[in-house]
Amino acid sequence: MESKTGYALHHPKWQRDAKPIFWWVKRWVYIGFIFRELTSVAVAYSAILMIILYRSVQSGPEAYAQMLECLSHPVMLVINVLALGAVLYHSITWFNLSPKAMVVRLGDWRVPDLMIAGGNYAGWFLISAVIAAAYILG
Amino acid sequence: MKKSNDAFWWTLFGGGGALTAMFVPALLFLFTIATPLGWVEGPSYANIAWLLMHPLTRIVAFGLISLSFFHWAHRFRFTLYDGLQLKHLFELIAVICYGGAIAGSLVAAYVLL
Repeated sequence: MESKTGYALHHPKWQRDAKPIFWWVKRWVYIGFIFRELTSVAVAYSAILMIILYRSVQSGPEAYAQMLECLSHPVMLVINVLALGAVLYHSITWFNLSPKAMVVRLGDWRVPDLMIAGGNYAGWFLISAVIAAAYILG
Repeated sequence: MKKSNDAFWWTLFGGGGALTAMFVPALLFLFTIATPLGWVEGPSYANIAWLLMHPLTRIVAFGLISLSFFHWAHRFRFTLYDGLQLKHLFELIAVICYGGAIAGSLVAAYVLL
């Protein structure tokens, strides 16, 4: 009663179709998906800007004025408009997906998706308004 | 392929995603577009310095910056896998992305805290 299990020396290759690198340009949904994922680059860029802002404020009024001067350069303005478009897309897609990510139940009642997304939007507008008010009132 | 520490990275990604979605558009618009174009004047140096240097602001800003980096790391990692079909570079990409986020957070900690 000798049975030998036949181990393969090498792991057998899986049958997979090679997908071209630009598989996602074929449909708008896919382009939207890739663009949504790439908004994270704009988020990281904003974080770097915040560090630069801190650095300039720490260095004194001249450095701060210089940084604001630098931000008004046309190239910087174009970059920042693109970055703003990306982070807005990030916010909107994030809030729209939030009901899927967190299902809130109160007893037997499941809070409708629209209310969760709406709550997120309300919070967003409120926070943005507070930031704007603080910024403008100085 | 799924690793047990995925939930950890996902939490950082999710926290960063939510915080940045709430805070970043307004800040970016005011600082980098509205002020340079002269639509709003913006706070004086003394006021902005006071606000940013306040210990509480520093901690919040550090959290926002650090989580932004981790949000980027997680998303960008999977964009490279799925978008560019680089699944065979699994570990290298993960190390570069999360390593970048950790490095960015350390810089932020050095500057802010």
